[in-house]
Amino acid sequence: MKAVITVTGKDNVGIVAKVATECSSMGANIIDISQSVLREYFAMIVLVDIDGLSCAFGDFVDKMSALGDANGLRIATMHEDIFNSMHRI
Amino acid sequence: MLNINDILETINMIREENLDIRTITMGISLIDCAGDDINAVCDRVYDKITTKAARLVSVGDDIEKQYGIPIVNRRVAVTPISILGGRFSSEDYIKLAKTLDRAADTLGINFIGGYGALVQKGCTVGDEQLIESIPYALAETERVCSSINVASTKAGINMDAIRKMGDIIVKTAALTADRDSIGCAKFVVFANVPEDNPFMAGAFHGVSEPECVVSVGVSGPGAVASAISRVGDCDLTAIAETVKKTAFKITRVGQLVAFEAAKRLGVPFGIVDLSLAPTPAIGDSVAHILENMGLETCGCPGTTAALALLNDAVKKGGVMASSHVGGLSGAFIPVSEDAGMIHAARIGALTLEKLEAMTAVCSVGLDMIAIPGDTPAATICGIIADEISIGVANTKTTAVRVIPAVGKKVGDEVVFGGLLGSAPIMPVNTYSPAKFIARGGRIPAPIHSLKN
Repeated sequence: MKAVITVTGKDNVGIVAKVATECSSMGANIIDISQSVLREYFAMIVLVDIDGLSCAFGDFVDKMSALGDANGLRIATMHEDIFNSMHRI
Repeated sequence: MLNINDILETINMIREENLDIRTITMGISLIDCAGDDINAVCDRVYDKITTKAARLVSVGDDIEKQYGIPIVNRRVAVTPISILGGRFSSEDYIKLAKTLDRAADTLGINFIGGYGALVQKGCTVGDEQLIESIPYALAETERVCSSINVASTKAGINMDAIRKMGDIIVKTAALTADRDSIGCAKFVVFANVPEDNPFMAGAFHGVSEPECVVSVGVSGPGAVASAISRVGDCDLTAIAETVKKTAFKITRVGQLVAFEAAKRLGVPFGIVDLSLAPTPAIGDSVAHILENMGLETCGCPGTTAALALLNDAVKKGGVMASSHVGGLSGAFIPVSEDAGMIHAARIGALTLEKLEAMTAVCSVGLDMIAIPGDTPAATICGIIADEISIGVANTKTTAVRVIPAVGKKVGDEVVFGGLLGSAPIMPVNTYSPAKFIARGGRIPAPIHSLKN
């Protein structure tokens, strides 16, 4: 199973590293990253494999969200099925 | 592989356009709880509801977190309560209402529906006792919702029952006068009521339903309104296409959540209700969709046509997205729960008569409309009879949920708070239908009910 992490907010040093570190500490394997900076605005979408998570998915969602709060970012983690459902027939 | 634009679109719909799942509703049959002894029946009802729905709230929370989509309400709908106690008195039924309230409190849900009866052709002794108890049951409970079906295209219109409804609504308003007559916000009078509707106040678990089911009501007026804004200057065919595509996406989320909830709760999936349900929040209004189509304000000439287009496109888009569609499925137009409707009513652009016309082309009916507290019961009966006739003649569901707010007159406002919102008191035609209503009897079923 996969999940999509979206990170948005004001750009600053080390965002990618912080997100990647948090993912690895909980056993989420990063499969793909897409990232862009428009003026000062940072946006990143990370696709992770969550089969090897060391915690419940809900806890992973909370921890990523807390990481965002601590760094002035908005981090949302959602199971990929919501995107597949909406955009695939 | 997921497309970045698709991901951003979904996130934008949830964050900026108020896309949410309005309700996960568990339907529970209480037929096996029936009996002679009211206390034993109450115990069985409480135990069954709190056992079957024990995990409803936590499963809703888990799904919300997994998919990152808000699930606003978790609710329970039960078998029409009149069926449980054919021999009970009104006092006994009130005990049952309090039991439902207690069960809802234990579960941590905000509403429980099913305190009602199906009397389209006539009332049993139990039905009559339950109807008499409704004002007290609604005044003495917080979470219990009540609905009465007074007509169907097959059975015609039970005018004796409608005659009672006026008195019930006036009495309910009086008993909850200290809270802007909020009891009336929990009571709906239906024609052609669906037995699998997940939305309150009209939800109940029909007698042809299985032991237990989970159904989902979707929402998303904000997402539809934004999609229409984005397409800009285009003709109405293009508007209809845009609404269809958006409704498809919204409903797919509903289907996903319904399927997942049914799996986790270990009960069958019932239906997805394709309704566009507004809230008083900014950007979550059905009226604003119509205004984005080009109306100066909701209620002006053209409103019924715009709403018909919207309602049809929502259904066409949604129906392919779900394996089972049911409930009310259409655009809701509850005045107090829709910021655009509230505004239109305040400035006088939206009248009771226009709302009545609008209900001929959408789901459901005259909903959450505050009227003067001194409106006579017979006039309320007339409003109900008109609305119910639209449903019966057009083979569709219609309903009336009006609030004759005690002590309030045109120009005043009622404030219910939360999802129930606030509303200006709307003027009502003051000429009387009293003699017509007093006749009672049944209006025969229309000729097109004879389809065999």
